[in-house]
Amino acid sequence: MILEVDGVEFQYKSKEVLKDIKFELKRNEILSILGPNGVGKTTLLKCMNAILKPKRGTVLIEDEDVLKLEQIEIARRLGYVPQRCEPARLTAFDAILLGRMPHMKWNISTEDVMIVEDTIKKLSLDDMALRYIDEMSGGELQKVGIARAIAQNPKLLLLDEPTSSLDLKNQLEILDTVKEVVRKENVSAIMTMHDLNLAFRYSDKFLFLKNGTIFAAGNMEDITPDIIREVYGVPVTIQNFQDVSVVIPV
Amino acid sequence: MVKIPNKTTGDEGDISRRYREHTGRKYTYILSGILFLFVMLILSISIGSVDIPPIEVMQTLTGHTVSVRWDSIIWNIRLPQVLTAIVAGAGLAVSGVVMQSILRNPLGSPFTLGISNAAAFGAAFSVMALGTGSTHSSVGDAVVISNPYTTTVVAFVFALAATVIILAFSRFRGVTPEVMILVGVAMGSLFSAGTMFLQYFADDVQLASMVFWTFGDVSRASWSELALITLITLGSVIYFLLERWKYNAIDAGDETAKGLGVNVEKVRVRGMMCASLVTAIIVAFLGVIGFVGLICPHMARRVIGDDHRFLIIGSMIMGSLLLLCADTAARVMIDPYQLPVAVLTSFLGAPTFIYLILGGRKI
Repeated sequence: MILEVDGVEFQYKSKEVLKDIKFELKRNEILSILGPNGVGKTTLLKCMNAILKPKRGTVLIEDEDVLKLEQIEIARRLGYVPQRCEPARLTAFDAILLGRMPHMKWNISTEDVMIVEDTIKKLSLDDMALRYIDEMSGGELQKVGIARAIAQNPKLLLLDEPTSSLDLKNQLEILDTVKEVVRKENVSAIMTMHDLNLAFRYSDKFLFLKNGTIFAAGNMEDITPDIIREVYGVPVTIQNFQDVSVVIPV
Repeated sequence: MVKIPNKTTGDEGDISRRYREHTGRKYTYILSGILFLFVMLILSISIGSVDIPPIEVMQTLTGHTVSVRWDSIIWNIRLPQVLTAIVAGAGLAVSGVVMQSILRNPLGSPFTLGISNAAAFGAAFSVMALGTGSTHSSVGDAVVISNPYTTTVVAFVFALAATVIILAFSRFRGVTPEVMILVGVAMGSLFSAGTMFLQYFADDVQLASMVFWTFGDVSRASWSELALITLITLGSVIYFLLERWKYNAIDAGDETAKGLGVNVEKVRVRGMMCASLVTAIIVAFLGVIGFVGLICPHMARRVIGDDHRFLIIGSMIMGSLLLLCADTAARVMIDPYQLPVAVLTSFLGAPTFIYLILGGRKI
């Protein structure tokens, strides 16, 4: 197990947002957190790397308690890609180089530069390496964000709605990239998703949140139209089309 | 530190090489900036009501007496003034660049956050309530001087008080850029209202002192004051440089920064404290010098980009250059009078700012 989450509870002021969250994730697996707007998907993701501090519970990454680690130590183990990455007058190379921060002391080393170059090549971003990110499209910016998290050399990638506000081609490209990285780099990934079909296509495991807690979890075989109807309040049917499960509202 | 033999240097690929070239260019910009600043320094010393040829300026600066009179002009008047312009310009610009980053707002500057207003109120309060006059005047008998240092100290205290209030509110409501900026703006209008109130009830001499104080002027500082300003600016700059990567991370968004292990709130509070301290000491000794802290970072950004590894130094050079040129111009514009440099920077500030906004990319 690369990740073991047990009994996580989170409160915002006195409002309970998450309770009794428990799940596990293996190496090279992609987990999608699903559920309606405002159910706490992003909150749960942020509890994983202690950007938000859970009130109770444990988050173990390779048997180490994340909540007891220093922020920089967490950053060495978990790469986080927020929904939006703010553009600045930096080149993509500079922006990805930031991913080396948790590992660097006073300045970048030759090794850091080489890791960044390596990451750029892996994600086929060669052409945009020296372009300024404030001149990039949403999809390109998102790729830079993912590249940054990969340059962090993490054990687990956390992606907050990686495909929101992207067109179809970019959605597929981004998720292909994530999938490839997870297969090749010996990492795992957790992402929050709105698009069920994309989630089905790219993840190994699913976590449905309802009313601040896990309503259902499992792999593709465990997902039934009933679960989706209960969680989203919409009756659906799940069809199989060329080995891909597709959700259709009815 | 043990130097480990670097096996990998030879293997850097094409992208890394191009990246090194890219950063190399930025070093070139910085070096040329420093060179230009040095030329301006010599020119600025040589220009004034008494013109001294640049060659003689260099000779005097390297310790060779060309003329006793020139010696005295250079060492006692021009050099401290020119160096003050350089240090104050760098200090104000670096405060601005750091505030823009940690507040994630292109309008962040000591001026917009009310710190300068607070200092001006402090000076007015000191003149009125404590009966101190203004600090030394370059125009000789323009203003009554009773206790120059009290005004400075009170101005300094008020500038810091404004910062503490901003930080205290942020602690209470969450250390977000929005809270800091809004509280800062509120502080600014509160203190300028206070200053207006005092001015309304001031007599002629007090009013003159207050107004005079607000005209920032780099000729006010003596060698010892310059030393103090330099010390604090230098200390803060070293701190800012140590944090340069963190500012880059914060530029990418609070959450990205947190994910990279940056304690954003801490960086924000400490950065604000240091930037305010630099502003407070400069404003307290020299008076209000507007727009340098706001504009110079943006000018530097245009040349060198947003990477704080280069931007911090770049902004400082830009600030020094701007204040030095403005002060030199202010010195010769209405000969034999010396205009306070703040009058000129404010005049330059507005059009420059509008030009920066209109001239292409967003700021």
